[in-house]
Amino acid sequence: MTAYLDIILSGIFHAAVLFLIAGGLQLVFGVQKIVNLACGAFYALGAYFGITMVGLAIKYGISQELLIFILLISGIVIGLIGVVIERLLRLVYDREEGFQLLLTFAIMLLLEDVIRMIWGATPKTLGNLSMVYGQITLGSISIPNYKLLVIFASVALALGLGWILQKTKFGKIVRATAENRRMSEALGVNVIWINVVIFTLGSILGTIGGALVVPTSAASLEMISEVVVEAFAVVVIGGLGSMRGALVGALIVGLMRAFAVHVYAELELLLIYLIVIAVLIFKPNGLYGKAAE
Amino acid sequence: MKFKPLLILVVLIFALCMVPFVLPAYYVTLVLPAIAYGIALIGFNLLFGYTGLLSFGHALYIALGAYTVAIFTSRLGITSMELNILAAVLCSMVIAIPIGLLCVRYVRIFFGMLTLAFGMLFHSFLFKFYELTGGDSGIKVIRPHLFGQDLSHLDKTAYLIGPFFYYSLFLLLIFGFIMWRMVNSPLGNHLKTIRDNPRKAEYLGVKVHQFRLISFVISAMYGAVGGALLVVPVGLADPELAYWTHSGNIVFMTILGGFNHFFGPIVGAFAFIGLKDQLVTLTQYWRFALGVVLVLLVILLPGGIMGLLSKKNSPNRGGD
Repeated sequence: MTAYLDIILSGIFHAAVLFLIAGGLQLVFGVQKIVNLACGAFYALGAYFGITMVGLAIKYGISQELLIFILLISGIVIGLIGVVIERLLRLVYDREEGFQLLLTFAIMLLLEDVIRMIWGATPKTLGNLSMVYGQITLGSISIPNYKLLVIFASVALALGLGWILQKTKFGKIVRATAENRRMSEALGVNVIWINVVIFTLGSILGTIGGALVVPTSAASLEMISEVVVEAFAVVVIGGLGSMRGALVGALIVGLMRAFAVHVYAELELLLIYLIVIAVLIFKPNGLYGKAAE
Repeated sequence: MKFKPLLILVVLIFALCMVPFVLPAYYVTLVLPAIAYGIALIGFNLLFGYTGLLSFGHALYIALGAYTVAIFTSRLGITSMELNILAAVLCSMVIAIPIGLLCVRYVRIFFGMLTLAFGMLFHSFLFKFYELTGGDSGIKVIRPHLFGQDLSHLDKTAYLIGPFFYYSLFLLLIFGFIMWRMVNSPLGNHLKTIRDNPRKAEYLGVKVHQFRLISFVISAMYGAVGGALLVVPVGLADPELAYWTHSGNIVFMTILGGFNHFFGPIVGAFAFIGLKDQLVTLTQYWRFALGVVLVLLVILLPGGIMGLLSKKNSPNRGGD
């Protein structure tokens, strides 16, 4: 029984991180209609920057207990790079999807080498700093409290995003722009500004995801392209452009992975892609996607 | 084809034939992957440039061709390159038909994502099923016989820059010619019509899905031939061949050369290999430089090199 609890928990933890990245993808796709292949690079950027910031914080004697806040803040700070990148993407908003996709691919290549220049090619870790929060022991398993905190933070971010998008005036404007860009432009919405804000918000979600994951696993250059396919799986399962879809998709992918690793490791990713393909075939708009085409 | 372009083509083919005599061996071995990618990319462009479907999982078929050669030569002991290529083509056909049947029902971003998912499915299959595929260490490729000639008396470089070079070039010409005939046949016209206006094409009685499927399968076969040629100089088929970033590079090369021109993809393959080789020797941050090139390309020069050369940088896609 406890073994299953362990699997479920690690699955939910994985889902919490995936949700942040996929949520960023969804936001950007919803408003700008661009599938951002560079989301993995944001994720890695957040991870590396998080390590640097935590290192600095410890150097200046900031309490280790504040680890998760330091990581959250560093995620937000480095995510602001989205402002610059949106400037580049802006040039292709009215171009074909293929070119948009390729431009984000180019940005991924650029950011990958920026990371290599700053932090080098060898993976970096925070050691076992996450144990500063202790752990809960339940029978034969022990759960690091840090993971619970990350899950909590991700849920809080999801709720916050939901609140912004559903309840605030800004959220209404964003949803209206996602629905019909021309119309909201005609009604006097500053679409250029909305694009900047949404893309930056999407980047920040990705960088926070990276920053939060780094106390539990190393930051490496491989995480860039690896996380892209997982985040893709999430948005395809959940439906492109839907935040609720990102949440459900992340849970499905996270839990599936955790179970597959436990039952039959060979199936790990294979299973996820099979689900993705099945969803695309039987429900091409995903679980919560709006009808396209 | 008019006289002048034909002349240019003949001169270029002649120049390619002379490469082993003129250039140092290192550069000749650089031309080999360019030729292999050239074949794969003209196939890819049938799907992308002519049919208007952007696949982000085309590396699957390159990997398929590569693994076919690897398994045939080192596991089954079948060393005839012709049989290997035939097997690669058949194999890719068998795989591409069911995948294509599912994928061609979608267009645009959904098509891209579905093909990406299939590519990654194949990648994780290669990666995880160690007994079958050698896992992350891949499968070695034994030097194949060309036209029944056992060339084991030659050392590796002599083999590659001599017989194998002309063998690859010969295949590029053959497959290039077949593709040229195809895109200038009713098939090509059907595909272009479907690309430009699928609804109207359907209205006119064109079986849209069927033609998309044909295009998909042909492009897969070309990919497999390219993969089979690509893997011989390297000597190893590994799962990275099927990884999605490799598919991204395939799209990159095609756009670099110019997807709205028949010869664009081949030019793109040569330009990409040359560019990458120069950048790698210049700096360890060659990805950054490639990224800059790609950004500039997408923003300023969507017609690619051929678009720049042929002046008539028309916004319409497709062959001339």
